[in-house]
Amino acid sequence: MAQLVATLASTHHPFYLKATTMPPEQQMPQAPKWKRKIEAYRETLARTKPDILVMIGSDHFHQIFLDNCPQFLIGKAPRYDATFYNEEREFGIPKYVLEGDEEMSRFMHQHLMDQNFDFAFSNELKIDHSIICPIITVRPQNDLPVVPIYTNIFAPPLHSPKRFYELGRAIRKAIDDFPSDKRVAAIGTGHLSLELGGPRQFMETGPDPDFDRQAIEWLRAGDIDSILANVNHETMAKSGNATHGFLNFILMLGVAGPEGADYVDNLDLFHTMEAYFTWYPKEQAA
Amino acid sequence: MSKYYVNKFLFTVDRDPDYLKRYIEDPKSFVATWEQSIGPKLNDAERSTVHSLTDAERQALIDHDYVALFEMGAHFFLNLTMYIGIYDEPYLAKSGPLSFQREFAAKLQHWRDKDYPSVET
Ligand SMILES: [Fe+2]
Repeated sequence: MAQLVATLASTHHPFYLKATTMPPEQQMPQAPKWKRKIEAYRETLARTKPDILVMIGSDHFHQIFLDNCPQFLIGKAPRYDATFYNEEREFGIPKYVLEGDEEMSRFMHQHLMDQNFDFAFSNELKIDHSIICPIITVRPQNDLPVVPIYTNIFAPPLHSPKRFYELGRAIRKAIDDFPSDKRVAAIGTGHLSLELGGPRQFMETGPDPDFDRQAIEWLRAGDIDSILANVNHETMAKSGNATHGFLNFILMLGVAGPEGADYVDNLDLFHTMEAYFTWYPKEQAA
Repeated sequence: MSKYYVNKFLFTVDRDPDYLKRYIEDPKSFVATWEQSIGPKLNDAERSTVHSLTDAERQALIDHDYVALFEMGAHFFLNLTMYIGIYDEPYLAKSGPLSFQREFAAKLQHWRDKDYPSVET
């Protein structure tokens, strides 16, 4: 059976590449520190020597729109083009092509259906920055095949935090049952408190620093009970209109299981809190 | 009111460099063109007859009025990325990084402690 070797959950910041590669005299003061933190985080993946990446993200109205909007979708294609014109324009993220793994996509799709998750699928999926940001940060050589999974964190009604956690558990099961000797890493991105297109956007901190601190502690401890007791759609909206990206962190905790994280780091940036978590499956920790 | 159709406008224009350019240069005539021949497209072959813009929605799009669009419940991400696409560069040149984004936020301060208009469609 395949072996899950690491679970990574982080924020995705589309300006990371631009912020750390522009001429040094134009960079923001935190850029060198940000780069060091990202490179340290990258190492938490590299040391596990993965063969395949299961990548969880959320399309930002690039391919998916309100005429046809799945809650959960899995990519099943030999390759995935990436980065849309308006992302290149806004964030300066270049084009990519990611290798796929159709066999694993097909297996996971069936397995998740068998676990009662009615996944939509796509045989022609163009990936956006929710999955390219972590390629840039934790696997910039882009040398591994991926199985992309998209969640809807954007177009209400959204699934509940509990459902996201259960989906994470189901994804873990599907990885564990994949008949292969491959080493698999699961990588997902989302947000802590975040405001976009509203009155609290682009402040000195994220819109709700208290939530950010609390969320980091919950994830550090793997405390899913506290998350489910305290986080719902209303509380997330109060913390910032795009805070629903936190649902992907909840999902990733489901993949890892309710365990303390093995690596935790964060960085207070101008309008958002960056956070980086890695879990190693406990049975191999020794 | 058709939040969906406003969002469709933002979605189809933001993603297309040619539409974006026309929307910047002559919003009034571009919005008219969009309503006539771009908005009704279901795909390359089929046309949809279901949606239309209200007068207020049309005016807000012509005026690049992102405050009105926010208040109508246009999706926050589309509303932001559309007008960043138009105003980020000129504001950057004139007033520095994030100046457009901060002005956008400032104009919405009256919503700060309220429940925002729903973006559900
Ligand atoms: Fe995002």
